[in-house]
Amino acid sequence: MSVIKSVNLTRKFGSLTAVNGLNLDIPEGEIFGLVGPDGAGKTTTMRLLTGILEPTGGEAWVYNKHVVKEAEPLKENIAYMSQRFGLYEDLTVLENINFYADIYCVSGKQRSDKIEQLLGFSGLIPFKKRLAGKLSGGMKQKLGLACALIHTPKVLFLDEPTNGVDPVSRRDFWKILYDLLKEKVTILYSTSYLDEAERCRRVGLIHKGSLLNCDTPDNIKSQYNTKTLEQAFIKIINEYESGHK
Amino acid sequence: MFERAQAILIKEFKQVLRDPRMKTVIFISPLIQIIIFGYAANKDIDFIPTAIYDKDNTMESRGLIRDFTYSKYFIPKRYIYTDIEQNNLLDKGLTNVVLHIDRGFARDLNAGKDAEVQMALDGSDSNTAMIVLNYANTIMSNYQQVLIDKQRDSLGEMSSGAQVDLRDRAWFNENLISRNYYLPGVIASIVTIMSLLLTAMAIVREKEIGTMEQLIVSPLKPLELIFGKLLPFAVIAVIQASLITTLGVLWFHIPLRGNIILLLIATCTYLFTTLGAGLFISTISATQQEAMMSVFLFYMPTFLLSGFAYPIANMPQVIQWFTFLNPMRYFLVIIRGIFLKGVGIEVLWPQFIPLLSIGFVVIILSALRFKKRIA
Repeated sequence: MSVIKSVNLTRKFGSLTAVNGLNLDIPEGEIFGLVGPDGAGKTTTMRLLTGILEPTGGEAWVYNKHVVKEAEPLKENIAYMSQRFGLYEDLTVLENINFYADIYCVSGKQRSDKIEQLLGFSGLIPFKKRLAGKLSGGMKQKLGLACALIHTPKVLFLDEPTNGVDPVSRRDFWKILYDLLKEKVTILYSTSYLDEAERCRRVGLIHKGSLLNCDTPDNIKSQYNTKTLEQAFIKIINEYESGHK
Repeated sequence: MFERAQAILIKEFKQVLRDPRMKTVIFISPLIQIIIFGYAANKDIDFIPTAIYDKDNTMESRGLIRDFTYSKYFIPKRYIYTDIEQNNLLDKGLTNVVLHIDRGFARDLNAGKDAEVQMALDGSDSNTAMIVLNYANTIMSNYQQVLIDKQRDSLGEMSSGAQVDLRDRAWFNENLISRNYYLPGVIASIVTIMSLLLTAMAIVREKEIGTMEQLIVSPLKPLELIFGKLLPFAVIAVIQASLITTLGVLWFHIPLRGNIILLLIATCTYLFTTLGAGLFISTISATQQEAMMSVFLFYMPTFLLSGFAYPIANMPQVIQWFTFLNPMRYFLVIIRGIFLKGVGIEVLWPQFIPLLSIGFVVIILSALRFKKRIA
């Protein structure tokens, strides 16, 4: 079953085409890496698929909901964590989580269990009463993830969540993601770190709004006969640029 | 529906009350403003520094001068003896008024001729000059009356026939204390600026720190967000209004003759318009700085064209039409009516209807615009 599907998804801002005819098909329980240089269209793709930006062309479905026509019901099942997850820095860790629990109407025993679980795996229990603004960068991102997961979403959109986060926190972060994958959560993960891209089940290279290649990391490497994804991607981008001169 | 709005409302209160700077802005600054305005918004003019230029120096001239300086309005600040001094004093603004009695004043008077007195005053502040001139005219006409009476006595006439005697009584503000007129307006202006600013800033701040995006991807409905965002600031504005009203009444003895409940209802009605405008400003601003600029751009004409300082009736017709769109215009009439006249809804309803209509339109338009932005 494909959980994220897009057909010719396009978004133009005036004369600039931020996303150009994107075709994606991501099955349940997969972690899909969206890789590309800054300004490639990763964030726009995320926004289109989460129903907060309307496409100018093409269509997309997430968890069987059309991203334009069924944008509101769609939001019940997804979570989106933008590059800089907006935390209320003048509220404590627990108050932040509680706020999102209220917004998603998570209540009763389910709520207390979930909060305990999220605080547990994000390692934030000792910092429950600390103001979010006083957390380190890595902890802030983990708190952001905890807030995003409060309603047990089926699909998770993570837009460069570990940008500027130290390696240890990044490893913790990925541990959480692997646990989620076991629970059949589908994850679209955008990153500019290629070591993170290697951990994804499949990766899509996006450049100037177009998806240039989409396969498992191993297949891409063998297809271009390179040792690393980085080398493969440089080859792909160079090929594209010479073809468009 | 209400649960989510409540979550935002609680969060908003927590954030406001946790920030010591914000607490000062909300609760202390209106009090300081009302105290400063209470003393500064005073257009009553007395103890006008006056220079006396008496070339005549006779019993009659000194009598006239005494009439001026015994009133509480003019105090003799200096006595001068040359024309140069007179110009010099007015140029430097050392005195506002020069009372100039030429040689021959007493002679003319006693000869039964018209005697002349000159009063030179600083007209650069036209309002003050007008008021000073009024005082001077009153003193002069009294002086004249005494002269006439004296003449009559000396001619041995009996008190002659009828005279029209105008006795003026100011209603609602018996002693014509300008503070009584201005302070209710100051309350209105503080409520305006605070509710505008707080609302616009609170929404734009969420855009700035990125939480707005997070709220947009949640199932939160625009109306819930608007409601949760506006209500706390409505409550805060009402608390502020109560604080400054209390201070105005207890400290400055502003008469509050009307119904307090009606005042509260009027304030809430007025808040519809300012909160709606704040919401609108938040939809056109990306940063808190932009929001701040827009708030002042909106506030200045609202304030100047409200009748707070300049009577609307004196404005050009076209501008008067504009003022019909200004919610503060109606609120000022209501708040002054309740404070000074003690009138109720039976008199004030023609002000409530446009106020309510503007509030309704503004808030609906802003909410629609807000919804579009969110999609």
